[in-house]
Amino acid sequence: MASTAVTANQAPKLNYLNNGHSLKSWLLTTDHKRIAILYLISVTTFFFLGGFFAMLIRLELLTPQGDLMQADTYNKVFTMHGMIMVFFFLIPVVPAVLGNFLVPLMIGAKDLAFPRINLLSWYLYVVGGLLISHVMLTGGVDTGWTFYSPFSTEYTNTKIVEAGLAAFVAGFSSIFTGLNFIVTIHRMRAPGLTWNRLPLFIWANYATSIIMILGTPVVAITIILVAVERLFHLGIFDPRLGGDPLLFQHLFWFYSHPAVYIMILPSMGVISELITCFSRKRVFGYNFIALSSIAIAVIGFLVWAHHMFVAGISLYAAMIFSFLTFFVGVPSAVKVFNWTATLYKGSITYATPMLYAFGFMGLFTIGGLTGLFLATLGIDVHVTDTYFVVAHFHYVMVGGVLMGYLGGMHFWWPKISGRMYPEGWAKLSALLVFVGFNLTFFPQFILGYVGMPRRYWQYPPEFQVLNVLSTAGSSVLAMGYLLPMIYFLWSLKYGPIAEANPWHAAGLEWKTTSPPPTFNFDETPVVTWEAYNYDEIPDKELEAPVVR
Amino acid sequence: MSEHEEHTTHSQGFYLLIGAVLLVLTATTVGAAFVNLGPFNPVVALLIATVKATLVVLFFMHVKGASEKLTGAVVVAGFFFLAILLSLSLADYLTRSWR
Repeated sequence: MASTAVTANQAPKLNYLNNGHSLKSWLLTTDHKRIAILYLISVTTFFFLGGFFAMLIRLELLTPQGDLMQADTYNKVFTMHGMIMVFFFLIPVVPAVLGNFLVPLMIGAKDLAFPRINLLSWYLYVVGGLLISHVMLTGGVDTGWTFYSPFSTEYTNTKIVEAGLAAFVAGFSSIFTGLNFIVTIHRMRAPGLTWNRLPLFIWANYATSIIMILGTPVVAITIILVAVERLFHLGIFDPRLGGDPLLFQHLFWFYSHPAVYIMILPSMGVISELITCFSRKRVFGYNFIALSSIAIAVIGFLVWAHHMFVAGISLYAAMIFSFLTFFVGVPSAVKVFNWTATLYKGSITYATPMLYAFGFMGLFTIGGLTGLFLATLGIDVHVTDTYFVVAHFHYVMVGGVLMGYLGGMHFWWPKISGRMYPEGWAKLSALLVFVGFNLTFFPQFILGYVGMPRRYWQYPPEFQVLNVLSTAGSSVLAMGYLLPMIYFLWSLKYGPIAEANPWHAAGLEWKTTSPPPTFNFDETPVVTWEAYNYDEIPDKELEAPVVR
Repeated sequence: MSEHEEHTTHSQGFYLLIGAVLLVLTATTVGAAFVNLGPFNPVVALLIATVKATLVVLFFMHVKGASEKLTGAVVVAGFFFLAILLSLSLADYLTRSWR
């Protein structure tokens, strides 16, 4: 195997982490790896904040009566949960943390194409985060994260404009990330790294960037239109002023449905890396997986009105969108089938990242298939705005995205920190997350199917058993999420030193030291091999890659 | 790699001229709002807006004369997705039985 990159097993004396210790060296850094760490800290903060609101929701729903908080407070709590988790965690998490860290490393570049714009994107994220925190502390919003008109434009007296501004600013942060990735992937690949040799994580982030750039401006414009109608009474959505009441939902979901693919596609990219490494096999159907990411990005833009089947859109349009929604299931299924085929006759090790990959495949499949239930017009009428929908999108957005993210964090933690995490604790947390997740959200499918509507703070007593199960599951899930934070922090000081390539994985990021030097590679690597050439990489981890 | 792509660089005066044309078109939009053209009110306003947007894209955003293929791909993709937004939204709006 040809390799011209640095392959030292000892951490270099000077790496990106110890190259400057002052606060200024972090806050003004243009190093993509440091910016990834800044994002990691801020995104994790918002994850636990959003999780706090989730626990409040689950505690309120422990009993049928509305006894923990007022109905109005409950509305604000689920709105803050949704807004924080969607705009400040799920959308940025994989691209801005893992993508930022890995895209240049994986393509053999020294940094992203526009390092200062990369830093600017983090600052915009922080400004958006401060705005939403301001909204949270000064009264909150009660529309749900979807800001539906006419409630948002006409009736509610909560902080719509400020919350919209927060999402607007955070949106620009994601546009900048997408722009940076597209230019970097086009222009800065190492010699020999052709499009057909790119890691699938890169393809996934490329597809994600397309959605970020094309979709995000639409939601930004929509937010401005809400503000304009609310503040100046211009007739955009209000029919009494000549507007169209469904226009808001069309514009909002034109971005916000593809936003789900912004969340899930990078995680799918992570899963492709994990499955190949821990089954020691070339990925099955490379071209199909790569192009299915692009297909998801494109077809994902054609399905948005399936959120509006009962809102009053025409039956003709509903049928078109129903058909197109079924169609987007095809590339997603291509990925799952190809991962499964990759496992076939592979030499599989059950390290923590692989456990998360298995978790992803199971949970995402349930989430995806229940999406097809909802794409079916007749069933959708029955379960719209029930807990069935809540369970469905949590299976995709939490079961899918978070499983991929945590799998990726464990896989690349040695590269990011230069330390190994404790494998036993990590396996325990993967188990807790999987069990806790299913215990939390599976009962919600049943609750929704038997008629419990979402967004109510009280419910008939016959729904209590399933709600208690769900709340119990959420506390197990919370433990599963807290554990990694604790042992990752522990490992920074006490974890064993990581080798350059502890998993014996393919990919350029493993050919530099752990943690990498500031400019990633001492010499620009020249790629002469295909992606995932595991048949050419020594297979000594058959006896388990990391034993502790 | 085309590091020496030749942006057609225009003089400062040219950009000021385009800026002036944009201002004139803005004034035309305002003026047209005072003339009752019936169903053609939005048509005229949108036509003027399209001309203005085209000028901005071609000259201020340097799309005219850009040799980079990626620039072309981005522009085409942008319009393609706008077409999707408009056509599928109209597929609903124009076929509503209750309208």
